[in-house]
Amino acid sequence: MTNPVTLPDGTPVTARAGLASAVEVAAAVRSGSTSATELLEAHLARIEAADGALHAFNHVTTERARADAAAVDAAVAAGQDPGPLAGVTVALKDNLCTRGVPTTCSSRILEGWTPPYDATVVERLRAAGAVVVGKTNLDEFAMGSSTENSAFGPTRNPHDPARVPGGSSGGSAAAVAAGLTAVALGSDTGGSIRQPAALCGVVGVKPTYGLVSRYGLVAFASSLDQIGPFAPTVADAALVLETIAGHDRRDSTSIPQPAPALSAQLGDGVEGLRIGIVSELSGQGIEGFEPEVLARLHEAADALTAAGAKLDTVSVPSAVAGLSAYYMIAPAEASSNLARYDGVRYGLRREGPNTAAMMAASRTAGFGPEVKRRIMLGTYALSAGYADAFYGRAQRIRTLMISEFARVYESFDLLLCPTSPCVAFEFGAKADPLTMYLNDVCTIPSNLTGQPAISVPFGTDATGLPVGVQVMAPLLGEAAMFRAAAALEGSR
Amino acid sequence: MAPEPDDPVLTRQDVAKVAKLALLDLSDEELDRFTPQLAAVLEHARDLQSFDLTGVPPTHHPFPLVNVFRPDEVELADDVREEALAAAPAVEDHQFRVPPVLGESA
Repeated sequence: MTNPVTLPDGTPVTARAGLASAVEVAAAVRSGSTSATELLEAHLARIEAADGALHAFNHVTTERARADAAAVDAAVAAGQDPGPLAGVTVALKDNLCTRGVPTTCSSRILEGWTPPYDATVVERLRAAGAVVVGKTNLDEFAMGSSTENSAFGPTRNPHDPARVPGGSSGGSAAAVAAGLTAVALGSDTGGSIRQPAALCGVVGVKPTYGLVSRYGLVAFASSLDQIGPFAPTVADAALVLETIAGHDRRDSTSIPQPAPALSAQLGDGVEGLRIGIVSELSGQGIEGFEPEVLARLHEAADALTAAGAKLDTVSVPSAVAGLSAYYMIAPAEASSNLARYDGVRYGLRREGPNTAAMMAASRTAGFGPEVKRRIMLGTYALSAGYADAFYGRAQRIRTLMISEFARVYESFDLLLCPTSPCVAFEFGAKADPLTMYLNDVCTIPSNLTGQPAISVPFGTDATGLPVGVQVMAPLLGEAAMFRAAAALEGSR
Repeated sequence: MAPEPDDPVLTRQDVAKVAKLALLDLSDEELDRFTPQLAAVLEHARDLQSFDLTGVPPTHHPFPLVNVFRPDEVELADDVREEALAAAPAVEDHQFRVPPVLGESA
């Protein structure tokens, strides 16, 4: 059985007893029945007690958080409404820019860098009354599926500290699962929100590409990156997404529409919704799916059927090529985006006799092995003679995948599959890079197509490790996706 | 030249050349380690060849957005020049200082 991290009184950190949801917190703080300060102090005490063992945080912003919570309480006392996230604690993946607070991407090359501006999502959360408690650990520059690639050491899974929390947003997932914060934000380029959410037993959302502004998110692969929430419940995730979504003119890829209304429709059920189980992403033709993960998937399908949805299996043949396409496109974009880390304007510098030597010395000292591998893979995929065969072909597979999913969505409202083929694995179990990459097979298609997807906790394996089920939707199909997620959550 | 399906995918020399292009100084040990790891990823990517992509255009961006325009209006923004320069490894006269671009420092 699992051996979760415990608090000083012996309670497992993963036990939710005594922890209010974000929806409950905001209602209580707005009504004045609880103070934001009191709630914050409870989370800071849990961080103090458990984060030594977990290492979910790179940086805890204790004093800023106390000032923000006090401001929320002062607003309530003065008869003002602090906003829909009043007093809700939020942790930010450490690749989201925070003015005056270090933003490292868990990389030596940005160690000590302090951004001169806030990401749009940070502005929106604070304007809604949320209290930022700190910056969470990640695989360096969000490249990885376990947080083992952090330059500052891995995060541990709260359910079993011998196992990874998933990645790359492993710190955010672990922080929410352990109740160190009410909610958190991550970024998802190939599954980096949904996979750690599944492995830590919390809800994680990758919204439609462009629904949430990327302004202030340190870029990894710009055509795939999207910011989204981690939360203990589907309703909390909906509340956070409603707050951070909506057009931002500082991001030219931001969809010019207001944030969708999600919370109001959560209870509308799934009666009549057509939901397809994607055979290629459920163990047909791709190996490595754990039987218990597939068993939970089929139970989830049964639960949706019982709730009135019409379930069927469906084939998306190009989904099997998603992994290869992703591992050409994402490294190619990364090799371009990470060219900016050159020791000139910010971050680490190692001296050299001339500028080119200084740049190479700085990059060599500042980047860890996985980042170097991806930069080289991307540089190769874009190099003369190979760009057509690798990068170009991958981009055309992407088109094929988009049209296949579009065709499937003519017959289905939503799609279903596991979030991850396996439960949380032990540290070092996937030390070979390709073995680690194969873990992303179920989450990658949504990034390539731009479509939204949510991971919902759905039971555990026999040892008690969480299993996540993924609901996918067409572009801007978040409302129905959240309804199905709520139905799955409610069926447990 | 386009690679043929039967070409050896990646050699140590290829990796050394790519590292140079990417401004990374790799040790011999790193070249030995990275070469088979990257070759395995490229080998896996051979499945990209198994799809008929005749007439399929590339996708650069997943959402059908075109150029984004806004009125050309002057706005006052926060002056963060000092904050931005404070993050630089070396500054001189409000500019980023670097070693010689041509030649070498004495």
